[in-house]
Amino acid sequence: MNIIITGLITGSMLALLAIGFSLIFGVARIVNIAHTAFYMVAGYCIYVLSVKLGLHPVLGMLIAVAVVTVLGLLAYKFLIDPIREHEAAVLIATIALAMIFQEAMLLIFTGDYLTVTALIEGYFILFGVKIFYQQVLTFGVVLVLLAVLWFLLMKTKLGLAIRSTAEDREVANLMGMNDSRLAMITMGISVALAGFTGAVIAPLTVLSPFMWMEPLILMMAVVVLGGLGSIKGSFVAAYILGFTEALVVFMIPKGAFLKGSVALTIMILVLLLRPEGLFGISFEEER
Amino acid sequence: MVAAGLYLKRFYTVVRGEVLVLPSRVIVALFFLVLLGMPLISQDPYLIRIIVLTSIFAILAASWDLLSGFTGQMNFGHALFFGVGAYASAMLNVHLQVPPWMSVPLGAAAAVLTGLLVGIPCLRLKHTYLALTTMAFPIILMGIVFALPDFTGGELGISGVQRISNSLIGNYYIYVGIMLVLCTIMWKITDSHTGIIFHAIREDELAVKASGINTTRYKLMAFCLSGFFAGIAGGLYAHYMRIAGPSTLEVSMSFTVVIWAVFGGIATIYGPIAAVFILFPLLEFVRFWPEYRMLIFAVVVLLTLLYMPEGLIPWVRDKIEKECPRCKIRNVSTRKTCRICTAVLD
Repeated sequence: MNIIITGLITGSMLALLAIGFSLIFGVARIVNIAHTAFYMVAGYCIYVLSVKLGLHPVLGMLIAVAVVTVLGLLAYKFLIDPIREHEAAVLIATIALAMIFQEAMLLIFTGDYLTVTALIEGYFILFGVKIFYQQVLTFGVVLVLLAVLWFLLMKTKLGLAIRSTAEDREVANLMGMNDSRLAMITMGISVALAGFTGAVIAPLTVLSPFMWMEPLILMMAVVVLGGLGSIKGSFVAAYILGFTEALVVFMIPKGAFLKGSVALTIMILVLLLRPEGLFGISFEEER
Repeated sequence: MVAAGLYLKRFYTVVRGEVLVLPSRVIVALFFLVLLGMPLISQDPYLIRIIVLTSIFAILAASWDLLSGFTGQMNFGHALFFGVGAYASAMLNVHLQVPPWMSVPLGAAAAVLTGLLVGIPCLRLKHTYLALTTMAFPIILMGIVFALPDFTGGELGISGVQRISNSLIGNYYIYVGIMLVLCTIMWKITDSHTGIIFHAIREDELAVKASGINTTRYKLMAFCLSGFFAGIAGGLYAHYMRIAGPSTLEVSMSFTVVIWAVFGGIATIYGPIAAVFILFPLLEFVRFWPEYRMLIFAVVVLLTLLYMPEGLIPWVRDKIEKECPRCKIRNVSTRKTCRICTAVLD
């Protein structure tokens, strides 16, 4: 039971992160290493707003997501956009950005672990396992967010534009889609998703300036496993890895050390059989 | 006596004709001289320590460039080779009492083996898939290291590794000498026939395949070569720090290598080396300001890339040298005409 709950929560978190990462990669070919750093910043924003300033947590969450989104757009506009043709440079720029966030948080909040109060206190017992209301809430919010995202991508004109640019940038451009504006919008959506993830996960975990490293690796594993640019793939892969992690932690002694290793080994094994991931469309050779 | 005089004169002509004509060559020559003459000026242990560590990381950064810069196989897990080299030579040295002059090459051999193991599956992947997959390997290994603390020392690592040489200056010359030799070898490799094929694989793999070249073999070779040099760097590091810990396998280690190389300019070999010699001492220099250290590092890298996306060193080189439009020979930017074919430089 514990396994299912942990797996669901980790899987949902990974799904949200991975979809955001995958979106911006698909549209703008940007490997945004700083993606999970935004998630960390969102967590800290909530801490400041709800614990320090005493705002209502829900309000704090919304403001935090807005702050992070603006931050992401500014970073994109001034740091990533000018060097977009140089892929390696973009990569390093995002790494540097993540490090800047980490150091800034370290300076402001020191390295101490901080906690955020849950929205709803209390728990109920199901089959002898404590389930906190916060966990149920987090899972619910994630599902709602995923539904909204699905609607946005599949049913609106913007979603169509995003999907087609991800599939073939040149043709989409020829069909009159403004490539750079679309990249900007996608960056906004992607960062907002990271912010939301931070917002819903913050009460369940402890905040530290280094909390972006671990989900970063797993998120990348999810994205690669599911196939780059495939939203459905990211979704399925996120739960696969989420449950694997939970299984390893609860079943194997010393599992906490091995959880990353096992998840990544699964990723590598799948890639050996299917080099483009579970649901990936093999990209046409880009020359 | 006369023969020696003639020899000296010949040497002088070569130096004047081949080295002094180009500022970049002068800089390289000065770099060699300063590094080799450093202990004559100052024997400050702290300074020597920084230069030794810088040399080790220079080998590492250059070896990343050999693989990722030249063949374009983005490796985000370069710490794997470094860590394998460090752990292998430390284990050999501590558990089996193998002397350093054997354990470092054996560590490098272990890294080459890892390069093969990683390279064979990874060659099926391309671009970002490859980058993200390679990133996973050091983390997997780190999990194994933590899970077997009896054998690997777990979180504390293996300590008590032997020094290569007990004298300060001897150590300095061994490390700096190895660095200069290995980097020259790497530069020569990239300048050779193989290096040209590496270049071509990055630019257009399909065209290389179409020319009848087995690209898989060359890519695998790049993996092994890079693993070899990085493994040596790892072994040297373990013997210098006298400890091989999990920090050699960390994600930040892999990232730092990439940062150095891209900052210096990829596909140049000398770029990453120069970048390490700039960035690593800089990081040490702001040591008295510890909280801002990484922040300054990140900001410097970010700003440099914003204005010189090709990397620092190619940018500098383009400023001080011009390429002749006719014969493609490089000239000092102050010259009006090409030094070889006298074509007018624009």
